[in-house]
Amino acid sequence: MVPFAGWDMPVQYSSILDEARAVRTSVGLFDVSHMGRVDISGPDAEAFLDSIYSSSVPKLKIGRGRYGVICNEDGGIIDDCILYKFGEDRFRLVPNASNTEAVLDWLDRWNSNDVSIENTTAETAMIAIQGPKAQAILQELTPHDLSSLKPFNFAESNVSDTPAMIARTGYTGEDGFELMMSADKATSIWDALTERGAMPCGLGARDVLRLEAGLLLHGNDMNTDINPYEAGLDRFVDPDRDNYIVGETLRRIRDDGPERKLVGFTMQGRGGVPRHGYSIMDGSQKIGEVSSGGFSPTLDSNIGMGYVRSQYTSPGTPLTVDIRGRTADIKVVTLPFYSRRRD
Amino acid sequence: MNPPDLKYSKEHEWVRMDGDTAIVGITRFAADSLGDVVYVDLPEEGSSISQFQKMGEIESVKAVSDLFSPVGGEITERNATLVEKPETVNESPYENGWLLKVTLSDSAQLDKLLTAEQYDEFLSEGNN
Repeated sequence: MVPFAGWDMPVQYSSILDEARAVRTSVGLFDVSHMGRVDISGPDAEAFLDSIYSSSVPKLKIGRGRYGVICNEDGGIIDDCILYKFGEDRFRLVPNASNTEAVLDWLDRWNSNDVSIENTTAETAMIAIQGPKAQAILQELTPHDLSSLKPFNFAESNVSDTPAMIARTGYTGEDGFELMMSADKATSIWDALTERGAMPCGLGARDVLRLEAGLLLHGNDMNTDINPYEAGLDRFVDPDRDNYIVGETLRRIRDDGPERKLVGFTMQGRGGVPRHGYSIMDGSQKIGEVSSGGFSPTLDSNIGMGYVRSQYTSPGTPLTVDIRGRTADIKVVTLPFYSRRRD
Repeated sequence: MNPPDLKYSKEHEWVRMDGDTAIVGITRFAADSLGDVVYVDLPEEGSSISQFQKMGEIESVKAVSDLFSPVGGEITERNATLVEKPETVNESPYENGWLLKVTLSDSAQLDKLLTAEQYDEFLSEGNN
């Protein structure tokens, strides 16, 4: 167990790599209760969220979630989140554990009208079930027809006779669901899912899986000094909305073009692992820095992401990483490293 | 829990004598604490190492740790299996997951190491 943003979190239950493989080939279970859950409601909720979220909230359909970022005045990323729309006057925002307070501060700062913002993180729990067998196992516990639930859609139903929100979302690149329920019911749902064969997975496997899927981690791959265009999140940002408070800033950043960009890279052979903060080099010149890296059990090689100067972003560009004094050859690749087969 | 015929260091390495050759590895406790090993960086064959000095690095998914040599001498062989299959250290720390073979510079070095019983006691005292 390690302390993480005020929560005691298991890095691994058995082996990080075995847990990651279970999610790719079968099904794994994650306690992600540390993620924030912020309920936002009231007649002005939609307009309010539209002014702070990176994409159009009126265009978001009821019963769907949308990945996006919340940017500060400079266009820096305060956090990345999923926003779920229950109705035009009722939403749920799921920020990262370590940023929940910063997001709440930002919301409070711009909430001049009568929008209700309720942090329900402590009273609720969140469990992610991920992997090709996730639907079959979860279906045994819920009356809701999961085959009709599309990616990023959600339903309010029961799981193990407990009211729960079931969202077809995740952070692994695999099919799966994120469940939110009253905190006191979480243990029995967790047990019911493990009894049916879901393998408990810790933060370590979660990090391996999200990296393979090319998903960014706030704190590693983005922060308040990085804007969404540098992070390659262009498709999640619509700055051309008059009411978007940082729209003008983001339009300027977009039009100027970023000087550095996030890229993925693979490493030849089984050398050391490229880790956060290591230098990315073109010959003897430092041209960037690793933001995340690790060993990929699915690709059986070391992979990573990092920020490099814009002229080095073409797939195939050969570069090196300085691994504590050793030089390792890397090659820029298109993200993600892994995408699941969709049949 | 730890094989009785081996010698141990407080840095969680073991030594098995085979004639004049010392075979060196890391203990089950070390392997389990590191978790999935993904890279082992060892000194070249033919080079010399000194007892209790840093001799390389072992990297798991979680972190990088220094390796300290439990004995000093000349390295005669590195375990080639670990280049492609570093996870062998987790699967078989006392057999197939050995790290190095070393010709001892001085056999009196072994007296500075712990017996299995002493190492077990060292672990149970929480000195890790």
